[in-house]
Amino acid sequence: MSAGIDLENVCCDFGTFRAVDNANVSIRPGEFFSFLGPSGCGKTTILRMVSGFIEPTEGTIRIGGKDVKGTRPNQRPTALIFQNLALFPLMPIWENIAFGLEVRGVDKATRRRKAEELLKLVDLPGAADKMVSQLSGGQKQRVAIARALAVEPQVMLLDEPLSALDLKLRQHMRAELRAIQKRTGVTFIYITHDQGEALAMSDRVGVMSQGRIQQIADPKDIYNNPVNGFVASFVGENNIFTGTVGAVSNGMAAFETPEGSFRARIAPEAQGKAVKLYVRPEHTLLSDRAGENSIPVTVTEVAFEGAFISVHARTEKGMILSAEIRNDGLATVPDLGTRLHASFDPARAALLPDANVRS
Amino acid sequence: MQDLLRRYGPGLTFMMGLLVAFWLLMLVIVPNITLFEQSFRPYLPVTEIGGPRDTYSLNNYLKVFDGKVEKSFLGHVFTIPVHVYTFSLTIFYSMLVTVICFLMAYPLAYYLAKIVNPKSLPTLLLLLFIPLWVSEVLRAFAWWIILAFKGPLNALLQGIGLIEDPIRWTNMGYAGVVIGLVYTYVLFMLFPVYNAIQSLDSNQIEAAEDLGAPWWKIHWRIVLPHAKPGIASGSVMVFMLSAGSLLVPSILGSTTSQWFTQTIDQWFKDALDWNTASAYAFLLLLVCTLFVTLAMWVFRVKLSDIAK
Ligand SMILES: Nc1ncnc2c1ncn2[C@@H]1O[C@H](COP(=O)(O)OP(=O)(O)O)[C@@H](O)[C@H]1O
Ligand SMILES: [Mg+2]
Repeated sequence: MSAGIDLENVCCDFGTFRAVDNANVSIRPGEFFSFLGPSGCGKTTILRMVSGFIEPTEGTIRIGGKDVKGTRPNQRPTALIFQNLALFPLMPIWENIAFGLEVRGVDKATRRRKAEELLKLVDLPGAADKMVSQLSGGQKQRVAIARALAVEPQVMLLDEPLSALDLKLRQHMRAELRAIQKRTGVTFIYITHDQGEALAMSDRVGVMSQGRIQQIADPKDIYNNPVNGFVASFVGENNIFTGTVGAVSNGMAAFETPEGSFRARIAPEAQGKAVKLYVRPEHTLLSDRAGENSIPVTVTEVAFEGAFISVHARTEKGMILSAEIRNDGLATVPDLGTRLHASFDPARAALLPDANVRS
Repeated sequence: MQDLLRRYGPGLTFMMGLLVAFWLLMLVIVPNITLFEQSFRPYLPVTEIGGPRDTYSLNNYLKVFDGKVEKSFLGHVFTIPVHVYTFSLTIFYSMLVTVICFLMAYPLAYYLAKIVNPKSLPTLLLLLFIPLWVSEVLRAFAWWIILAFKGPLNALLQGIGLIEDPIRWTNMGYAGVVIGLVYTYVLFMLFPVYNAIQSLDSNQIEAAEDLGAPWWKIHWRIVLPHAKPGIASGSVMVFMLSAGSLLVPSILGSTTSQWFTQTIDQWFKDALDWNTASAYAFLLLLVCTLFVTLAMWVFRVKLSDIAK
């Protein structure tokens, strides 16, 4: 069983401070949905509103189509995994996992059996009688997931659950979480400030900044077609040019910058707004010949990263551009001080307005 | 110790050590040892002290079993040595005081630790502390006034129509004593429990609620077990202080309430028999300690938890 979640014009104020501003999103049953944004942008607040610990100041939250206004957390079909896990240190693992069942009056033998089953599901058999303090970070993580799954929630809410783990374990747990979600079919709402995590795991991502949802799209679109400068910068690197828009035709615009004039894509929504030009380093090409959208540069820094070569080059006006050359085995590493031309395909460069923030 | 030496030099450190040793030895150990030694010797006229009749025995301790009185409890009539009777009631009512203190302190401690806005917390704690600045004697007398036959409590209860005629609070067995002791010692329960609850991660409470637990289950399974060491240390303090209190029973006691400390006091002051008085005092200490140890064993509390 899984349920969809709808937020309609949801706002949340703390005193005069608006932590979440007019959030609208419709999360489908069984979807893995991530909220991605920097620390303090209101992600946790959204999660706490869905789980029922905070009531929205305005707007409606629906779980499985039902308005949950006034419903306490213990009455909602959601299970929250806390950022610090909040396992119960005085209970053995199996009682931790079975706590939700104990509350529901399930008898002890069934609870124990269910706990063992869930431990198997999260790949931690044999830990039933251990205490929380005897487990490692990753194991605690799994127990927290098992404890949440035990109550058979229709929606799982995860608040940066991997942030306390080391890199290797984090990558392993990503795959694990995704697999558990697929296996159980429960709707997952996942919160993270790590763009790699959000892009790798999610069906769709909602990027947030300063209490506002900036863009909701699948990971590919978030990366390839960011709607504004904030999204573009938060989910990847960019070379950014400031300037003014000239003639627009067919979704392409001329853009006058101190570095020269370029052509790039412009979305209909962005037309008429103040925009900047965003080009990803991997779309910034270096060659010895000038061409369309090209500027003369001097190589100032070269880093060989293995799979790719990262190059920094300075324009005549002193701006530093970064370019990534894929290492296909034949690629030549440019020498420091080489004079080259940096260029980019107009279709892969976008003119984007700044973030959508309160005026 | 190393720290002290480095910070204050050998001279000052030596002085400090000496003072602490003096305090321990002269103000704690010596008086107690003296009383302890006295408690095994008979009460004799001055001329006979050190004489042939001045020998060690347990006679002073065995005096609690003298003087049988007839009592009835739940329809059973039985005879019991009067001092044992006083002693049992003292233990029983001290337990009652402890339980009442806990029932009052726990909700308040939870409220202070988890619900109240942290900004107003210092004000609230100060309000709780202010009564402690007033001498215990004055506080007991204040209650004596409040509980008086024509006092404010009766006036209030009559005013709101809860009772028709005034009640003689201070003549209702142990009622006055229990009220006075609860008032005097409730903070000794409140602060350890508050500290214990305060150290509980609020996320655990929320996690329990999120998993569907009703409020009482959250307290029973999460908050209470976490606060157990604090509750235990508060209970030990309130129980020991209550059983050892002399002032409150003397001021707020009724004609039918006798506290064991009052019996000890009578041996000291009325009978001038310091030997028996000492024996009784050590008896109280011993039995209370045993009782607390037993209670800690029953509730599975370790001594090291309490010391925290
Ligand atoms: N209980 C609260 N009272 C006042 N301000 C709060 C409270 N909770 C969160 N905030 C503020 O709301 C903003 C968003 O917080 P949060 O949702 O926790 O961000 P995130 O989880 O994205 O890091 C922050 O600026 C934070 O300081
Ligand atoms: Mg957060």
